[in-house]
Amino acid sequence: MVTTLVASRVSPGRVGAVIGRNVGALRSGPSYWIVLVSGFFEPLLYLLSIGVGVGALVGDLTVDGRTMSYASFVAPAMLAVSAMSGALAETTFNFFFKLKYMKTFEAVLATPVRPVEIAVGELVWSIVRGSLYTAIFLVVMVVMGLAEPAWAVAAFPATVLVGLAFGGLGMAVSTLMRGWQDFDLMGTGQFALFLFSGTFSPVRDYPVGVEVLIQLTPLYHAVELVRGLCMGVLEWGLLGHAAYLVVLAGAGVWFASRRLTRALCD
Amino acid sequence: MAVAHGVRPTLAVLERHLTLYRRLWQASVFSSFVLPVLFLLSIGIGVGGYVGRVQGVDYLSWIVPGVLASTAFQIAIGESTYSVLGDFKWVRAYHAMRATPVEPVDMVRGHVLYLVFRVTIAVVAFLVVVVFFGGLHSPWALVTPVVCAVLTVSVSAPVIAFAATIDHDSYFSILFRFVVLPSTLFAGVFFPVEQLTAVLRPLAYASPLWHAVELCRAATLGRAPAWPVVVHAGYLLVWAAAGLFLAVRAFRRRLED
Repeated sequence: MVTTLVASRVSPGRVGAVIGRNVGALRSGPSYWIVLVSGFFEPLLYLLSIGVGVGALVGDLTVDGRTMSYASFVAPAMLAVSAMSGALAETTFNFFFKLKYMKTFEAVLATPVRPVEIAVGELVWSIVRGSLYTAIFLVVMVVMGLAEPAWAVAAFPATVLVGLAFGGLGMAVSTLMRGWQDFDLMGTGQFALFLFSGTFSPVRDYPVGVEVLIQLTPLYHAVELVRGLCMGVLEWGLLGHAAYLVVLAGAGVWFASRRLTRALCD
Repeated sequence: MAVAHGVRPTLAVLERHLTLYRRLWQASVFSSFVLPVLFLLSIGIGVGGYVGRVQGVDYLSWIVPGVLASTAFQIAIGESTYSVLGDFKWVRAYHAMRATPVEPVDMVRGHVLYLVFRVTIAVVAFLVVVVFFGGLHSPWALVTPVVCAVLTVSVSAPVIAFAATIDHDSYFSILFRFVVLPSTLFAGVFFPVEQLTAVLRPLAYASPLWHAVELCRAATLGRAPAWPVVVHAGYLLVWAAAGLFLAVRAFRRRLED
């Protein structure tokens, strides 16, 4: 990914301009800060409802020989989900709208900014937004006693990586969308990841075929990585999960900028 | 508004929505039919394996009526937001209707009837799936589509009123995150409201969703609901009546110019 960026001589100033445009557009809507901050409540509400509410019915959970409260099992997963949905909200819905309906990118390309700089700028912006949510969520986890402060700090960069991976994926998917009707499928797919990626119950519980299938999908790796760090369980496997996410991010940006070039510059 | 107005204009509005749905049904087929089943598998069976029994029944059977009512809740509200604002602001369909004998009251009634149709097919499809999971325990389950239809009117009408009042779609994010999602998560769908602290419990009682969940749960499990049926149903009907009144008023005001 780095070589691609260097080879195409991405200018930080032009990438910054793409980000600056998003900030300006966000600020121009009504009550923009409520809309921005409200994104953080979604995973928190799930944590309180399923983690604490249903958790009271579940009691303690034993996974891989470690016993933990159900809330502390669910919390890191919600953190990973928070990073995912922050990044996806920006790179799917908003990105598609700008690409297809508002023709924002066509206007941007009338300036010296190039497709790959749009892709990188949009990606960085989605991570900034996603990281805002995960940072607040980590504070909540520490306050609720669901993570040690030191491990929460360690988990933060992992959530940035999760945002990066899903941001890249989201952009790539957006360039393939034909219209609004495809968003229903995408939203359902995203929700299926949310429900089955070892978020609410360990993937071990599923039949072997399903378990293997889940292990191919990105949120599973995000959840495992973030959960390992939040619980302070350092294993070599975490590097494998991280590598998966790095590859996904790189492939996403590469694919999206190629598709953007084709769609907008030919 | 003429009293001898008849039902034809309302049916014309309903027909317009159905025509659009026939063209655009793919846009909601996954969220209407697949999503509730995924919820049931993940939480009902996945998490349910750790839960054991709740109020004397297995967890799956306990949340089936909750997921059922919340599906109705989500469709009813989801389809009353962007599409209503859009028909005022972007598509201007309501302005076009205003140029015909269709009155604001017909526009609201036509839309609500369409939502009842949408919710009913989703709910019935879900019930059929649930039968195979052994999630229904009483023939009273047959009344749940009726409960869901009433819930649809109770929650869609006020949201239609809201959508007809605002000018920017940002407010919908706030509605979804601060009203719809908390209702879904804390109104007795996934765990009994008795578990909530005494401060929060009245909020659950205030939500129309809780009353519909109670009625549906009573029906699928074949037992009496928390409060008398009349109270639950009456509460839903008050929301429906007030919502319809507000929606018609909002439409009339917006179409005045």
